[in-house]
Amino acid sequence: MRLHEYQAKEVFSEAGIPTPAAELAESVDGAVEAAESIGYPVAVKAQVHVGGRGKAGGIILADDADEAREAAEDILGMDLKGFTVERVLVEEAVDFVNELYVGVTMDRGEGKPVAMVSTRGGVNIEEVAEEDPDAIAREHVDPAFGMHPYQARKAVYDAGVDRDLARDVASILTTLYDLWDAKDGADAEINPLMVTADDEVIAADAVFNVDEDALFRQPDLAEMEEEGEFSETELERKADEYGFDYVRLSGNVGIIGNGAGLVMTTLDLVDHYGGSPANFLDVGGGAKADRIANALDMVFSDENVDAVVFNIFGGITRGDEVARGINQALGQFDEIPKPVVVRLAGTNATEGMEILNEDLVTVEQTLEDAVQRAVGYAGDAADIEEVDQ
Amino acid sequence: MSVLVDDDTRVVVQGITGGEGRFHTEQMIEYGTNVVAGAVPGKGGEEVAGVPVYDTVEGAVEAEDADASVVFVPPAFAGDACFEALGVDDLDLIVAITEGIPTQDMARVNRRLQETDTYLVGPNCPGLITPGEAKLGILPGNIFSAGNVGLVSRSGTLTYQVVDNLTQRGLGQSTAIGIGGDPIIGTSFVEALALFEQDPATDAVVMCGEIGGEDEEEAAEYIDEYMTTPVAGFIAGRTAPPGKRMGHAGAIVSGSGTGTAESKISALEGAGVPVGDTPDEVAANVEDLL
Repeated sequence: MRLHEYQAKEVFSEAGIPTPAAELAESVDGAVEAAESIGYPVAVKAQVHVGGRGKAGGIILADDADEAREAAEDILGMDLKGFTVERVLVEEAVDFVNELYVGVTMDRGEGKPVAMVSTRGGVNIEEVAEEDPDAIAREHVDPAFGMHPYQARKAVYDAGVDRDLARDVASILTTLYDLWDAKDGADAEINPLMVTADDEVIAADAVFNVDEDALFRQPDLAEMEEEGEFSETELERKADEYGFDYVRLSGNVGIIGNGAGLVMTTLDLVDHYGGSPANFLDVGGGAKADRIANALDMVFSDENVDAVVFNIFGGITRGDEVARGINQALGQFDEIPKPVVVRLAGTNATEGMEILNEDLVTVEQTLEDAVQRAVGYAGDAADIEEVDQ
Repeated sequence: MSVLVDDDTRVVVQGITGGEGRFHTEQMIEYGTNVVAGAVPGKGGEEVAGVPVYDTVEGAVEAEDADASVVFVPPAFAGDACFEALGVDDLDLIVAITEGIPTQDMARVNRRLQETDTYLVGPNCPGLITPGEAKLGILPGNIFSAGNVGLVSRSGTLTYQVVDNLTQRGLGQSTAIGIGGDPIIGTSFVEALALFEQDPATDAVVMCGEIGGEDEEEAAEYIDEYMTTPVAGFIAGRTAPPGKRMGHAGAIVSGSGTGTAESKISALEGAGVPVGDTPDEVAANVEDLL
């Protein structure tokens, strides 16, 4: 789960990390009022979960009330990469001489947290990491002990941060690590950490992503999550509601399966046999008939889908439950909206095959055959659509 | 012969009184696994499927001489359950089935694991099975058959699919290990491959990887340098877009382009490992290697 910039700044500021004076606004008038009380110049910043806001026009500087009004009018209600901007953060524009980067994340290869510092702040840090890995100082932390103060100092010195700033930057890094540790962070980042002419350091942006699996013990952060805000499309919102792992893609073969690895493999096979996958949908382990019916409803609601391949290899999922769900979902239609190819294997697959109504679906015995059949149906449907147009 | 589990493995089930724990204990026993004890705080003295339950793992191991543990404890408490098992010297193997354990808990468990000689398989995994002898976890026993092909995979149902393709070609398995789909796991591909390399009963190994992380690349290096047993590979997620989590918490191609299927496939092929385009091609490759 990602916090908004304003939320992350609240959390950072409470912990003692300096942040610019700022106010959240939901209306143009509110934004101007905030700007007036903060004093100019201000930055008006869209609060949406999108990277590269600045480039996309989601951050505008304003020197007076007219400019602040214009900026708020431009940004509020705008569409930023599929998200509608409903709130802006109006913030004191920091007059900086330098931009740094500090961050904490989990290094999965090492299985350990890593604290990072760089003097190349203010730009996409992943690009820096790729072009010039040495520009980022990294310090791995033993999770049994947490970050020792000397490690924060070492990272700061290794990064080549100005000696006059070292103490302050090390202190901010230590605070950031402690927050990350205490609040089950996935990623915590300040980019840029601005340096002013009189050597003040201020967090001009803030990123804090929380480990979803740990939200149960972070009630304060869980409360900050707003319903549906991470879903880009109506379909993804629906998937949230049904509790499916779902990713929409651009093709026309709908895919339903159980288990992440097998569903990914089914997508790959659709591609391998010349089709194009419309989605990733994992019903999870032990899905009952209702859940299966919901999955079909999901994929049918995607207008791009021309055919569906339903591949279940039952371990804890039972073939008879799956078959019942398919019959239930398809039985309600006078005419099946899109052809469905089913392949059942594993636990109770034989029972499932007996239950499946073969008037409603095409049954295949192997994964390869099922995928090829669905790709064929989808191709036929696409051809017909073309003729219709 | 086999790796990690066999007829003699004596199992304690942590979380045996929960729904999943109870059901899969019955399934494991039915398969022939030696489940000798359960461990659930506050439930000492009870019985599940004829198995005595103890309050602590230590108590269960002392009383019933267990040497392996399977963890079915809910995610909020599973990290603690792993620590408890790691604190008992006589346990050589811990299999953590639980999905959704906080990552920082697993980082601490992993840190503790480094201090021991214990193998931890998982978490978020289907477990492991030595066909005809024992299974620890939730794998459906009936699809496996005994043989000389080792299998290691990050995904449960993909394991079943590949096993099915192997079985269709009459290729049985020595041991199949599901190492789990989380970002931080105990036993890695490299460790599992090393076990198969040392096992005289394993004549070929199937390795099923997926997008995310760099474990497959490390495995490729290991295979290239140390392995004499031939390996056939498969990588799921060729069509996965960057930045989207494909079900498993660990299955994500990062924005900076690491963890891609191409990188993993080329690393494996560079190590002489044939990588199949379909599960059936993987089985065909194994046939060729044997």
